[in-house]
Amino acid sequence: MTQDREEMKGLLPTKLHKVLIITAVPMTLAALYLVFVWSPVERIMGPVQKIFYFHVASAWNAFFAFFIVFVFSLLFLFTKKRKYDLIAGVSGEIGVVFTAIVLTTGPIWARSAWNTWWTWEPRLTTTLILFFMYIAYIMIRNLDMEWQKRARLASVFGIIGFVNVPIVYMSIRWWESNLHPVVMSEGAEGAGGGLDPSMLFTLIFSVFTLTLIYFILLQKGLYVEKLKLQVKKLKAKEQEKMIS
Amino acid sequence: MKHLLAPALAIARKDLYAEWKTKQTITTMLIFSGLVILTFSFAFDPSNQAVSALVPGMIWVITIFAGILGLNRSFTTEKQHDHLHGMMVAPVDPSGIYIGKFLANLVFVLVVQVVSIPLLFLLFDFQVPAYSSIFYFLLIIFLGTFGFIAVGTLLAALASHAKSSEMLLPILLFPLVTPVIIAAVQATRLVLTEQEGAAAALSWMQLMGAYDVIFFAAGFLLFEYVLEV
Repeated sequence: MTQDREEMKGLLPTKLHKVLIITAVPMTLAALYLVFVWSPVERIMGPVQKIFYFHVASAWNAFFAFFIVFVFSLLFLFTKKRKYDLIAGVSGEIGVVFTAIVLTTGPIWARSAWNTWWTWEPRLTTTLILFFMYIAYIMIRNLDMEWQKRARLASVFGIIGFVNVPIVYMSIRWWESNLHPVVMSEGAEGAGGGLDPSMLFTLIFSVFTLTLIYFILLQKGLYVEKLKLQVKKLKAKEQEKMIS
Repeated sequence: MKHLLAPALAIARKDLYAEWKTKQTITTMLIFSGLVILTFSFAFDPSNQAVSALVPGMIWVITIFAGILGLNRSFTTEKQHDHLHGMMVAPVDPSGIYIGKFLANLVFVLVVQVVSIPLLFLLFDFQVPAYSSIFYFLLIIFLGTFGFIAVGTLLAALASHAKSSEMLLPILLFPLVTPVIIAAVQATRLVLTEQEGAAAALSWMQLMGAYDVIFFAAGFLLFEYVLEV
């Protein structure tokens, strides 16, 4: 019985989790205030420019999440600890969510700024390829086999996928510059050349807030994964009891 | 070296010999590439002169689609009688298995290209601007196919563990090979449609070379983890 309680303790949300949540709520509210009320409206683009704060923050977090996948995939291959595999998997899922946010907010902004939903510009195309790549990663994670094998396969894909990202970016940039000599030089940050200090502050603040949210999601994801494992264990135990 | 190259060559020879006897995979790949060319002729009017600009892209579409067919079979056939386990318990370096499989797949795709690319040129009445560019063209074909197969062999082994490996492989493979496909299509276009294209294609060839080296090394190092049971 005490052993059970010990196990349950490991499943409860940690103190770190609580601290993160308590800081995240006011930070999020503050970020929303900064974005919508405090920061000035952009002169040329108008209020639509405000989407840029979420867009850039999500993009940064998506890349960060995929970097975490890469690091923990490597760690898993060296140590074979299940925890590392879980972190890589959860981070991959969060990364795909953030990439989806980037890919939906981007066109909304681009429609009013560039007057087109989509251009095959290096950053856009790279993000799209990234999105497909990590969907494939999640598909590998959902394969039906023992976890050691699945974790190993997913780690291999997580590593070569991340190695591929800079090559994709470079090749698309060359391709683009071969087709049209004049590239939309700054991409999403075209809005941010000569950024107003208050805008810059808002941007940095929203990046921080979303990074915090990333860590909360990571914790939550890990917690859910652990609960799933626990349920599986209990089910197996119950089954054994019924058979005997 | 003895534990690496000798088993690699043995595996490649075994695959090629088995294919020589049955001619199953190659025939399917060849017929399939012929059908792709047929579909292109419906999609793009071959008598239209502007269509010749699309030929470089067609070459690589044929390569990818026919290549996927071959890659899919490369490891699933080994599963039938647990051949893969046999290879793994043999006292050889797992990277040797990778090189062997890689060589066999490379030969398959190159054979398909040797037949289908002249056929494509013939049916679409494509004129090569200068015969001196043929050498560069062959080099580009080799570099591009090398990269595609290097990643493809690793991912085919990875996907072969899944029940629906035929469906999984293209989804894993396509996003990863985008750089080499972009480079290959651009370089082929420069060499085949422009007079002095070879010099301009050089940077693309360097990109393909770098990609080939990186992903061949990645396959070489990571193959061990893909095979383990």
